[in-house]
Amino acid sequence: MAYTEEELKKELETKEYEYGFYTDIESETFPNGLNEEIVVAISKKKEEPEWMTEWRLESFRYWKEMVEPEWANVHYTKPDFQAISYYSAPNKKPKYNSLDEVDPELLSTFERLGISLDEQKKLAGVAMDIVMDSVSVATTFKKTLAEKGIIFCSISEAIKEHPELVKKYIGTVVPQKDNFYAALNSAVFSDGSFCYIPKGVRCPMELSTYFRINQAGTGQFERTLVIADEGSYVSYLEGCTAPSRDENQLHAAVVELIALDDAEIKYSTVQNWFPGDKSGKGGVYNFVTKRGICEKNAKISWTQVETGSAVTWKYPSCILKGDNSIGEFYSIAVTNNYQQADTGTKMIHLGKNTKSTIISKGISAGKSQNSYRGLVQVNSRAENARNFSQCDSLLMGNECGAHTFPYIETKNKTAQIEHEATTSKIGEDQIFYCNQRGIDTEKAIALIVNGFSKEVLNKLPMEFAVEAQKLLEISLEGSVG
Amino acid sequence: MLKIKDLHAKVEDKEILKGINLELNAGEVHAIMGPNGSGKSTLASVIAGKEEFEITKGGVFFENEDLEDTAPEERAHKGIFLSFQYPVEIPGVSVTNFMKTAINESRKARGMEDMPANEMLKLIREKSEMLDIDRKFLSRSLNEGFSGGEKKRNEIFQMAMLEPKLAILDETDSGLDIDALRIVANGVNKLRSKDNAVLVITHYQRLLEYIVPDFVHVLHDGKIVKSGDKALALELEEKGYDWLKQESAV
Ligand SMILES: Nc1ncnc2c1ncn2[C@@H]1O[C@H](COP(=O)(O)OP(=O)(O)O)[C@@H](O)[C@H]1O
Ligand SMILES: [Mg+2]
Repeated sequence: MAYTEEELKKELETKEYEYGFYTDIESETFPNGLNEEIVVAISKKKEEPEWMTEWRLESFRYWKEMVEPEWANVHYTKPDFQAISYYSAPNKKPKYNSLDEVDPELLSTFERLGISLDEQKKLAGVAMDIVMDSVSVATTFKKTLAEKGIIFCSISEAIKEHPELVKKYIGTVVPQKDNFYAALNSAVFSDGSFCYIPKGVRCPMELSTYFRINQAGTGQFERTLVIADEGSYVSYLEGCTAPSRDENQLHAAVVELIALDDAEIKYSTVQNWFPGDKSGKGGVYNFVTKRGICEKNAKISWTQVETGSAVTWKYPSCILKGDNSIGEFYSIAVTNNYQQADTGTKMIHLGKNTKSTIISKGISAGKSQNSYRGLVQVNSRAENARNFSQCDSLLMGNECGAHTFPYIETKNKTAQIEHEATTSKIGEDQIFYCNQRGIDTEKAIALIVNGFSKEVLNKLPMEFAVEAQKLLEISLEGSVG
Repeated sequence: MLKIKDLHAKVEDKEILKGINLELNAGEVHAIMGPNGSGKSTLASVIAGKEEFEITKGGVFFENEDLEDTAPEERAHKGIFLSFQYPVEIPGVSVTNFMKTAINESRKARGMEDMPANEMLKLIREKSEMLDIDRKFLSRSLNEGFSGGEKKRNEIFQMAMLEPKLAILDETDSGLDIDALRIVANGVNKLRSKDNAVLVITHYQRLLEYIVPDFVHVLHDGKIVKSGDKALALELEEKGYDWLKQESAV
């Protein structure tokens, strides 16, 4: 859909933060280190049923036997897993008493992103006065969902209130021993979200802005489970355009999506973890496992805008199990300074007439490294599978790198696979052309980058598209020498 | 309006402009002609402020102000426009979006608010009709996949939108068929007024039949070797540049 910036701006003014609210979690921190006792203690703390405790323990035992993967095109000092506290709920007590105490640089970024004063306080961890509005909005929001039979709550709550659903689906898309980080997450996840859309229900709102706020107190090991029952539809958005600073350096989330027959899940992410300072110090390591499974005629689209983290390792994937199912992946990954990103997707074609589309846009600046790694796999039973992949890289300056690793494995001759890749550089001629029309260099870069990313930006829910655009601008500021 | 005084400029240690003197007053149209490689585009780039070129002597003055320390975008804000010989492509950015950004950046520099959407639409409609531009064209990515002629017409569309004080047209006629040439020339003539000046760079006198110049200058090897009125353009067409080259060598 083509819309003008003007329209987007208006849209944003009215929609922004409409449904913002957050949940209070008790404050408590466990001692550092990981062993079976800690795993059990986490489960106890959350008053989980026995099967869940067992499931965690099983995961922990797998994890102990595993080694951290080496193959991603990233370099970092490996975290010491025994030096981390595995249960540290966000503190109820505010970190600061007023905004004056908060890092002014952070505040100026908030301001340019157009974040309201109240929300700035919340994001920065400043004591709040009353959040009456948010709470009442939240209540109406929950009521609307409940009327449709939609369940949308924290995963801990779901384990208690809807154990049959959790038990049936958790770990079915991302098995406990899928990979090192997934196993770790399965053992120690502290919170996350759960969503269930009943048969034939179209979720009437983006399940999105909820997370803008919640993100402020996000745990290290989030677990998300989204189930779209037959013929249902949901658009789900996680993340936050505001820069999230976190004392936890390592983040290892797991997201599982289940789209049953004829269902559709649209999952959008805007991720802006603290990438570290200009020299690359202090950034977040983000190792995420995201995967969805499509039954017959189902569809899953992943859309992501990644600008943050020091190190990102992330491959939202689709298992196209059912016949005629569709998987899509639209991604913009920006790296600047010393950031490293290794992202991409896997499309596993199992069913007949399955279709997948991959559009990946990598933007590298500074001394950063940006890799796309994608796998398209067509199983022998997958007659007439089709894939289209397009990977475009945009380079700014001479010190950054863009790498593309497309892997294709086909076991069925009827598969049609197309791959296109381009690498371009923002040219001085392009910038001069813009300058000559009165557009300064900073703005010119924003314009060129937005143009480059447009196909993906257009896939985002509207209110987020504008924020994502602004975010791209800010992430690349000062990147031209 | 524009004064160029003993301008010397080089790129990568190669001297390209070797002492150019030129004065354009408001209301005038000047044409610069000359063989390939004589420095015509370089002169245009230096006026527009391209940093690649280093001014080694002399200077460019606009409305009595030395432009030496003026950034290219500020020159644009002051009303200098260059129709590029080779317009660049910007994928994913529509002509409309690009124009909107350009206009609003210039307004911002003058302390004005963004142009209201309806006013912008009206302006776009008016100018695209004047230049016989299909509206569908305006939602296409800037210059991407445009034919040579479309690119040039798009440059003139941008000029019409921005209404500059000084328009420099660098070989805008190349790639245009005769109908397009007429339309483009008409667009330029509409802009002409007692407050504006136009500098037309061309190889052929064809364009000058439509945009009639007050003065014609011949550039050769980085210097203006001859100036005259429009009759000079006809003379060049007839005799070529060789007689001038010989003349200047003496
Ligand atoms: N960026 C550059 N680097 C090196 N040489 C250049 C550059 N730009 C122009 N030149 C040289 O300067 C001379 C004049 O070029 P130009 O101004 O484009 O001429 P014209 O427009 O009259 O054909 C040519 O010899 C050309 O090769
Ligand atoms: Mg030229």
